[in-house]
Amino acid sequence: MLRLDKLTKTYKTGDQALKAVELEIPQGQVVALIGPSGAGKSTLIRCINRLVEPTSGKVWLGDTELTELGAGALRRERRRMGMIFQEYALVERLTVMENVLSGRLGYVGFWRSLTRRFPQKDVDEAFRLLDRVGLVHMADKRADELSGGQRQRVGICRALIQDPALLLVDEPTASLDPKTSRQIMRLICELCAERGLAAIINIHDVALAQMFVARVIGLRAGAVEFDGPPDALTPDVLTTIYGEEDWVATIDKVEDEEDTLDPEAVA
Amino acid sequence: MPVIETPEGPIWRRRTRGQAMARWFGWLLGLAAFLWCWSRISEATTWFFVRDAPRIAGDILGRALPPRWSYIDNLWWPIWDTLNIATLGTIIALILAVPVAFLAARNTTPSALIVRPIALLIIVSTRSINSLIWALLLIAIIGPGVFAGVIAIAIRSIGFCAKLLYEAIEEISATQVEAITATGASRWQVMAYGIVPQIAPAFAGIAVFRWDINIRESTVLGLVGAGGIGLQLQASLNTLAWPQVSLILLVILFAVVLSEWVSAKVRAAII
Amino acid sequence: MTAADTEIDSLLGRKWRKPPMIRRRWLRWAIGLGFVAYLIAAFATIEVNWSRVYEGLDRGGAFVMAFTSPDFTSRGSDIWAGMLESVVMTVAASVVGILISIPIALGAARNIAPLPVYMICRGIIAVSRALQEIIVAILLVAIFGFGPLAGFLTLSFATIGFLSKLLAEDIESMSRAQGEAVRATGSRWAQWINYGVQPQVMPRLIGLSIYRVDINFRESAILGLVGAGGIGATLNTAFDRYEYDTAAAILIIIIAVVMALEYISGIVRARVQ
Repeated sequence: MLRLDKLTKTYKTGDQALKAVELEIPQGQVVALIGPSGAGKSTLIRCINRLVEPTSGKVWLGDTELTELGAGALRRERRRMGMIFQEYALVERLTVMENVLSGRLGYVGFWRSLTRRFPQKDVDEAFRLLDRVGLVHMADKRADELSGGQRQRVGICRALIQDPALLLVDEPTASLDPKTSRQIMRLICELCAERGLAAIINIHDVALAQMFVARVIGLRAGAVEFDGPPDALTPDVLTTIYGEEDWVATIDKVEDEEDTLDPEAVA
Repeated sequence: MPVIETPEGPIWRRRTRGQAMARWFGWLLGLAAFLWCWSRISEATTWFFVRDAPRIAGDILGRALPPRWSYIDNLWWPIWDTLNIATLGTIIALILAVPVAFLAARNTTPSALIVRPIALLIIVSTRSINSLIWALLLIAIIGPGVFAGVIAIAIRSIGFCAKLLYEAIEEISATQVEAITATGASRWQVMAYGIVPQIAPAFAGIAVFRWDINIRESTVLGLVGAGGIGLQLQASLNTLAWPQVSLILLVILFAVVLSEWVSAKVRAAII
Repeated sequence: MTAADTEIDSLLGRKWRKPPMIRRRWLRWAIGLGFVAYLIAAFATIEVNWSRVYEGLDRGGAFVMAFTSPDFTSRGSDIWAGMLESVVMTVAASVVGILISIPIALGAARNIAPLPVYMICRGIIAVSRALQEIIVAILLVAIFGFGPLAGFLTLSFATIGFLSKLLAEDIESMSRAQGEAVRATGSRWAQWINYGVQPQVMPRLIGLSIYRVDINFRESAILGLVGAGGIGATLNTAFDRYEYDTAAAILIIIIAVVMALEYISGIVRARVQ
């Protein structure tokens, strides 16, 4: 479904953020991308939808090669890739509903979007999504009135209303408390399962990643260092990705924990 | 912070000797420049008049008070004109300033090498020249009247508004724009959803702020013939009708205070 | 919203509109219609002599063309004398204005000054800000006669209102703890100002002062229109005689000086911060 072929990014400063990354993700698979800060995780997912232009290499989304597309074709392909951001990246002075509907911008003409006259089926879908994440009563609130967890749910709705085939998720839990982080991760993974979406999730928290995903990719200095199931993340592997540290506690903790929170109950 | 070693032990000084000397020399140079400027002003002044000034000031004050209140009936129309000059001038300026600001902001300019310097040149040149000078120029071109005043205020305000607006555009959060871009939105949609909501409060603040300044400036445009209450002021000054002058000055003062109050209220409501 | 409204089924199929900024419908319409009515009235009462404007377009074009061939030389000595007088007035008025503003700013800061002093200083600031330069200049010319002295006094007076107000606001928003720490050492009032207050507001004072020099120069260019000295008189004469190339030359010089001052002030402000 998504295939990266020798994807390379060298910044103007000379930093090589990605070194010929090869990667293939099948339909419906959720992948966690772990690695230390500066390993190129953010650059990798931004190179896929070309918010950052890759220096060389190819990105295949289905049968389409993305790196060669012109501006118009790139916009049409971006509709198939929903993105969820660290720090939510909601447009703070717009309402929740406008933020969700902004996910449909790629489908709607300029004048309709300017006058906020979205097609009725988009509006219905927006309400359904907000209901799914438990925020339907907040639809006309301004985004900056929401809490962090609520904002990230709106961010998720904005990505899903695009009707994407792939989710690009950049540190979804970086500015959330542990409980909310877990709820958000569960929500993302559940929604991916419901809709059969593939996803790449950049995440700092190794334990959280292990809890929710089927496949983990470890990135170090712009190269894939590990690719396998979460169980295969041994202390040795973590040492090769992150460097020397006592990793046993990190991995043990995950297996002991039992999370019984109901995401619907927390609005 | 140097420490000087002396036989009696180390002495702390804030600056080294060289730094201190350079500072004193700088101050001396500044003082000399000021004294020279003052001497030039002094040369160009007839000190006899200055010695006579208190008496003249008292004389003028005596003639100006009390103001000729009945003259207010001749002022309603000029007050209306003054308001129009300021308001219409501000609206025209804002309409023109928006594109200039987008062309001048580093993150939205289509070309940093060609378009941006041109936009910056428009901003600097319209901003550096006072509206009275623009009015003089426009009167020479299109003749005296309110219309010249409106255009003069508009031109003067373009640079001011565009400068503040482009600084606001440069400060917007890039990730919010990125998020809208990632949905597959077109260039104009990114503008409407990602950028405009972020600068809207700044825009409203700038508009009201400049309107307040323009009320002040439009009260004096009439001095050069560009309409408004300044015309009456000029006429009264020419005929040495001091009671009318004092009334007009009171009206202007009132208008300035009122517009400042309105603008402060509106800005508080926005933010 | 009632609980029933949040039921998803009741929302589906319903139209959605952005909630309006002003919730009360009649107020929204009243403001909108009032504004439109004002605009129509304003445009209707402006008398534009379009044939005069049309004739003027040629002269406008001539003026724009004059910028491509500005004439610095034929009235060179007038321009030079006028510019020099503008600069002299700017420098002298800025120095005097800044020196007087500092004590007034201290007096107008509520966290430093006792109430009576505060009221007096705020009063001075209010008067200075309410009276515009050009009106002050007219009055001062009437009192002191034509020449740069009136301009110098005008600019000094305007500087006081501008600088004292902004400086006083900066003093009022400074950190209390730093001032208290100095006071706790048993310092005198002057020492307290020197050690506790001055370091905190110095960068802003320098920045504002340079900005004011810039404004004073720009203002000095119009004082000549009412006889208060400076380049304005030369400029006025140039317009009266339709000598557009000389006027263009003067305007180019003004723009260049303002640009240079802004450049310098950018450097200085970056250095003091």
